[in-house]
Amino acid sequence: MFPILQLGPVALQLPGLFLLAGIWVGAWLVDREAPRHEVPGATLSSLVFYGLIAGVIGARLAYALRYVNVYVQDPLSLFSLNLSTFAPAEGILIGLTVAFVIGQRRRLPFWASLDALTPSFAAFGVLIGLAHLSSGDAYGTPANVPWAIELWGARRHPTQVYEILLAILALAVVWRLRIVESFPGFLFLAWAALAAVSRLLLEGFRGDSPVLFEGLRSPQLVSLAVLACTFAIVHRRAQIARDGA
Amino acid sequence: MPSATASERGPSTQIGAPRPRFRAPSTVSAFIAERKRWLAISTLVLLAGLAWTLRSAVPPGGTSPGQAPSPRVGFAAPDFTLDLLEGGELTLSELRGKAVVVNLWASWCPPCSAEMPALERVYEANRDRGLEIVAVNTTFQDSEGAAAEFAQEFGLTFSIVLDRTGEASRAYQLRALPTTFFIDRRGMIREVVLGGPMSETTIQTMIEKLLTEE
Repeated sequence: MFPILQLGPVALQLPGLFLLAGIWVGAWLVDREAPRHEVPGATLSSLVFYGLIAGVIGARLAYALRYVNVYVQDPLSLFSLNLSTFAPAEGILIGLTVAFVIGQRRRLPFWASLDALTPSFAAFGVLIGLAHLSSGDAYGTPANVPWAIELWGARRHPTQVYEILLAILALAVVWRLRIVESFPGFLFLAWAALAAVSRLLLEGFRGDSPVLFEGLRSPQLVSLAVLACTFAIVHRRAQIARDGA
Repeated sequence: MPSATASERGPSTQIGAPRPRFRAPSTVSAFIAERKRWLAISTLVLLAGLAWTLRSAVPPGGTSPGQAPSPRVGFAAPDFTLDLLEGGELTLSELRGKAVVVNLWASWCPPCSAEMPALERVYEANRDRGLEIVAVNTTFQDSEGAAAEFAQEFGLTFSIVLDRTGEASRAYQLRALPTTFFIDRRGMIREVVLGGPMSETTIQTMIEKLLTEE
């Protein structure tokens, strides 16, 4: 694992670089894929941009809200570059909400926009895997398999490698499906199902899963729920497409 | 989530004519729309997923990832015994029961000097609440004289230990200076900050939850 890339006097944090690369690749793919789904690329790109900005600001503000008394004494710390002082879950929620509201106000077609964004989501998944590989996060359970890697004091499943392989597979499937004629939302829902199945499989090998009860890993239960919803929605939309033709 | 009707009115700009409500049904649509077949496929996949979820459930006692010491969040902080700058020894595990900040630094490292005053202020404000700061000087790539001069210059009152052989730096897999570990009262690492400098606010928010826990 190489969390730091030392270039002379400059120490670059590789996980952050991979995530930035993911955003760059994602933005490039949005421009490329939007016309295919008859979505204005510039509007969709600006929606992604505002969503990201809102997510970052929201994550910092949400973190600061937990420690209001501390931040009131030093408000300039709100602009700190320290990645540890963010609330990621709240940031994602705020970013998605802002993107959704802007999308509605600019009358972007909901499902077609999600389809146009799907290759970006899939590509970003690969870069998240690389970020995990460089930081050693999302590590596996101790294992005796021949391909186990030495990490955090034990030989473990290389879950970061599994994650990258599954994400590449999902990207390949999405890349193939994006040219298949179907109904709006199909591509996004197909990726959502693939992502849920990937997480379901992967989580079984993870050594850092949050556990709910009886040893059940909560990300797997969430993945099952996402999968069930995805199956139901894609079926309903396929019926509408068939009956509406 | 908006309804399909509301969300698919189509863009009114740049593209020209609004898109049709749906395209002609494709083979894909027809396949998925067939109720019995789709229900069977969905049920099969969900049952397989459920079986894997049950099969891969965490065994009793296996829920804590950090029983083995390792320098990452969720694991027990690797122990060390090092000489103190002012004489005597310090063993990290003997600080169990207190919230501990382990900061690895060197006197020649600009971000280290930039964050030291903040560490000192946080220490002074919180030591009565059970905070300990252990500043590990990476002496194997620094010097004891420089470390002592540095401590005097900044008026540091917390513990400064000397890692002469690099043993502690290796145990903590030091890759950047400064690197800071926030350790709870049970000796578990709760946060790692690679690089710096950290502001006083950042340090205070990081220790706040550790100090409020029993």
